[in-house]
Amino acid sequence: MSQPVLGPVGWIRWAWRQLTSMRTALLLLLLLAIVAIPGSLFPQRSSDPNGVTQYFRDNPDTAPFLDNLQLFDVYSSAWFSSIYILLFVSLIGCIIPRTRHHWQALRQRPPRTPVRLERLADFRERTGVAVDAGEAVQSARKLLTTSGYRTEIYTQTARGGQESVSVSAERGYLRETGNLVFHSAMVGVLLAVGVGGGLGYNGQKVVVEGQTLVNTLLDFNSFNPGRFFNTDTLAPYAVSLDSFEAVYETNNLDAYGQPIDYTANVTTTLPDGESAERTVKVNEPLDIAGTNIYLLGNGYAPTITVRDADDRVVFTDSVPFLPQDTNLTSLGVIKVPDGLDTQLGMTGFFYPTAMRLESGAYASSYPDLVYPVLTLNVFQGDLGINEGAPKSVYTLDADGMEQIAGGDSDTAAIELMPGQRSELPNGLGSITFENAAEPDAEVVDVTGDSAQPETGDDAAEDAGADTSGAPATEAPATDAPATGTPAPGEDATADATQAPANPHGGDGTAASGASSTAEGYSGAVKRFASFDVHHDPGQLWVLVFAVLVVAGLITSLLVPRRRVWVKVSSDGEGTVRIQYAGLARGEDPALGAAVAELDRKHARELGLPSDDGAVG
Amino acid sequence: MQESDLSFFSVVLLWSAMAVYALAFIAFAMDLARRSADAGRVRAGEPELVTASAAGTASAAGTASAVGGVARPPRAARRGNTGPEVTASLSPSLRVGVVLTVLGFLLHLGATVLRGVDAERVPWANMYEFAMTGTLMIVLVFLVVLTRSDLRFLGTFVIGLVLVLLGASAVNFYVEVVPLPPALQSAWLIIHVFVATLGTAFFALGFALSALQLVQDRRERSDKPVGEQWLKFLATLPGSERLENLAYRVNIIGFILWTFTLIAGAIWAEKAWGRYWGWDTKEVWTFIIWVLYAGYIHARATKGWRGTRSAWLAIVGFIAVIFNFTIVNMFFDGLHSYSGL
Repeated sequence: MSQPVLGPVGWIRWAWRQLTSMRTALLLLLLLAIVAIPGSLFPQRSSDPNGVTQYFRDNPDTAPFLDNLQLFDVYSSAWFSSIYILLFVSLIGCIIPRTRHHWQALRQRPPRTPVRLERLADFRERTGVAVDAGEAVQSARKLLTTSGYRTEIYTQTARGGQESVSVSAERGYLRETGNLVFHSAMVGVLLAVGVGGGLGYNGQKVVVEGQTLVNTLLDFNSFNPGRFFNTDTLAPYAVSLDSFEAVYETNNLDAYGQPIDYTANVTTTLPDGESAERTVKVNEPLDIAGTNIYLLGNGYAPTITVRDADDRVVFTDSVPFLPQDTNLTSLGVIKVPDGLDTQLGMTGFFYPTAMRLESGAYASSYPDLVYPVLTLNVFQGDLGINEGAPKSVYTLDADGMEQIAGGDSDTAAIELMPGQRSELPNGLGSITFENAAEPDAEVVDVTGDSAQPETGDDAAEDAGADTSGAPATEAPATDAPATGTPAPGEDATADATQAPANPHGGDGTAASGASSTAEGYSGAVKRFASFDVHHDPGQLWVLVFAVLVVAGLITSLLVPRRRVWVKVSSDGEGTVRIQYAGLARGEDPALGAAVAELDRKHARELGLPSDDGAVG
Repeated sequence: MQESDLSFFSVVLLWSAMAVYALAFIAFAMDLARRSADAGRVRAGEPELVTASAAGTASAAGTASAVGGVARPPRAARRGNTGPEVTASLSPSLRVGVVLTVLGFLLHLGATVLRGVDAERVPWANMYEFAMTGTLMIVLVFLVVLTRSDLRFLGTFVIGLVLVLLGASAVNFYVEVVPLPPALQSAWLIIHVFVATLGTAFFALGFALSALQLVQDRRERSDKPVGEQWLKFLATLPGSERLENLAYRVNIIGFILWTFTLIAGAIWAEKAWGRYWGWDTKEVWTFIIWVLYAGYIHARATKGWRGTRSAWLAIVGFIAVIFNFTIVNMFFDGLHSYSGL
C-alpha cells in the first residue's frame, strides 16, 4: 500500500496543525523564556544606550560581532520577534476553534445521565428512602439550579426494565470562557502595545529654572516618534520650570544626603492661552493635553558668562552639568563658538559641596549647595561645529584643540565659586560663575588664585590630611551609603567620553572654612530638570486588556467545571434509592466535597437524617 | 521608645525567630527520621497497616494491598496511587514542629512589624526587608495551607528553606533604616511588592512539593522493597501524583499573584519612569519567570509533559525567582536598584 502524497495544501495544513498544537505552543513559550535572557546580560539600546556605548568602548573586538547578532536590541531582534510572532499565531490558531467549540457547548443541554453512576470516583448513595421520586428529583434540580448548574431531567429504563428519573447538571462553563478571555486578551495586549507605540511619541528635554519646554518637534533634545506618528498630533503647549526643589535627608546619619523629595514647580500654558501653576514629581506625572510629563532627572546648571578682552559679553548661559554620582558631582561642557579670537571649549566638574580627597582631587560630599566649586579645563581651537554636523552638547571633541588651562598645559585649571570671575589664559578675556541668587552682587576676581580666597595653605593641609573631612559645617558623612540611586534614570544623552583627565587643578585650596556659607549658597546655582513627554494612545487599551488577562486567568484557573448527577430509582418496596455522583472536567480538587454537600442539602430538603448517606 | 531601640528589638526578635525555626526544623527532621524507621520496619516483617489516605483527602486511594513485609504491589498499581504506600504512626515531634513554627512565625511577625514601625513605612523597601517579609509570607502560607490539607511532612523542607534565606539575608543584606527615595514613594510600593512576596511564598511551597514529587516518582519506579530504599520516609508520604496535584494548586495561585505583580509593576513604572514596560533587567526576569510558570501550566495539559517534566519546569521557575531576587538585584544594572547594598 502506497503512502498518500501530501500536496501543497496538505503540507500547509500539516504545518498549521503542528504550529497550533499544545506541544508547539509549550516549546515556543519555553524558547521565549530562554531568548529573553540575553537582554538582561547585555546592555540594550532601548533601555540603556550609554551602557551599549560603554560596552563598545570596553570590548571593541567582540561588540560589533554581538551587534550583528542583535544582542543589543534583543527585544526587537529578528529571532526574538519571530518566536513571539509564531507563539501568537499558534495562540490565535488555538483560540478560534476553541471559541467555536465553546459556543456550541454553551448551547447544549447537559448530557444523558450515565447508567452506572456507582462507577464514578465521587459517588454517594441512599437507599430505602421514603419519599416520592418525582418530588426528590424536582428538589434536587432546584438545589442544583440555585447553585449555578444547568440542569436537564432524563428518564431512563435500565436493562432490567427498572425505570429511573435523574437530574443531569453541569456547571463551570465560565472556566473555558475565562480561558478564552485570557488568551484573547494576551493578543489584545500585544496589539495595543504595537498600535500605541506606533501612533505615540516621546521626547526628552532638559529645562533649567526659568526656561520653558514647548511641545514642538524642534524644542526637544531628543525625540522618538512611533512608526505612524504624525507631527500634527503634537499639542503646542508650553511648560516653564519656575523652580526646582530638592529635599535631602539630614537627620538620619545612615542616609545623610539621600534625596527625599523632588518637586518641579511649573507654569503650563495651553494653546488657547489658559495657564496654570502645577507641579511635576517623580511618581506624579503632569497630565496635560493628552500627554504625560515625567520628571526623570535633575541636576545643576551653573550660569557662566564669558567676556572678551574688551569686557564685552560673548557668551552667557546656564549650562546643564550631568550628575555622575549620588552627591551630584556633575560633568559639563561649555562651548563658546563666537566672539573671541579663537573658539573656546571647556570641560569641567561641578561639586555642590566640594571636598578634597587625599589624592588632591575634589569630590562632592553632599548633593546640596554647601560649598559649590566649579573646575574647568580650557581648550582653544576648532570646536568642529562649523560644518553644521550635529554634535552632542555634552561632549567636547578635543581633537585638534589646544589645551590652555588644566591637564598638561602650563596653566592651572580654572576654579570658581558662585560670584567669582577669572581671567582666561592667553589674554582671551574672562569667565564668570554667576551667583544666581544674587545676580547684582559684586563679582570677586580670583584669577590665578585659589577658589576660596579666605583659605590659606594651612587649611589646605588640614583638609588634605583628613579625607573624611567634609566642609567644617554640619560634617556630612562622606561614607554615607549610596542607598537609593537618584531614582529615575539619568539623562540618556549624557556621554562623558571627554571627561578631563585631571579635574582638579591649581595649587590646593581647602574645602574648609566655609561654615558661614551653608545657607549663603542656597539658590546660587540654578537647577535643571529633565522632562520626558510621552504620548501613547494605546496605553489605556493595554491596561484594559491586562485587567482582562487577570480576570480571565483567575476564572480559568479557579472556577471548577464539573458534572453532577442525582438519580432516583425505585428499590421495590415503596421506597427509593437516591444516587449522587460527580465528574470533574479539568482541575477540580473540591469535587468530592461538593457531592457530599449536595447529598447533605438534599437530605435536609427532603427531611431526611443528614448523616444517612453512605459512601460508595 | 527610641527609634534605634525599635530596630534593635526587631533584630533581636528576628534572631529569636530563627532560633525557634531551627528547633522546629529539628522536630520536623525527627519526624522524617521516624517515618524512615516506620518504613524500614516493613522489611523486618512487622505487621504493617494498609494504606489509607493519611493525607486527609477524600479522593480514592485504597487499591494498595497490605505490605506486611511481603511484596510491594506491582509497579502499575504503585504509580498513580495517590495515598502513601506505608502509613506512618502518629508522631509527637510533628506536632511540636508545628507549634514551634507558629511560635517562630509570631516572633518573625513581631520583628517585621517593628522594622516597619521604625521605618514609618511598609517593611519591604530593600533586600533585607523583602527577604524578611518574603520568608514571613512563606511561613504564613505554609501554616494557612496546613489548615486545609495535612502537608506537615513539608516542614523540614519549608522551614529549612526559610532558615537559609532568612539567615543569609540577615547576615549579608542587613541595612539600617533609611528613608524612601522619591521613586519608591508610591502606594504601589505597598501593593506591587507585597503581592510579589506573596506570590514568591506560593512558588516556594510549590517548589518544595514539585521537588518531593520528583524523588517520590523515582522511588515509585524502583522495584526495591521499601525497607531497602534510599529516603525511606518517602514511602509514608503521598504518592507522586497527589504531590503533583498539590504542587499545581499552589503554583497556580502563585502564578495569578505573579501576573498581578507584573501588571501592578507596569502601572507603577508608567507613573515613576514614564513607560509601562522598558525591558529593565528586573522586568526581563519577571517576564521570564511568568513565561516559565505559564509553560508549567500548559505542560500539565500537554501529552508527555505531565508529571516529571512539568515538575522540572516548576523547579526551574522557582530557581529563576531566587535568581531574580539575589543575582539580578546585586549584580545586574537596572532601574530596580533598591537593594540598599
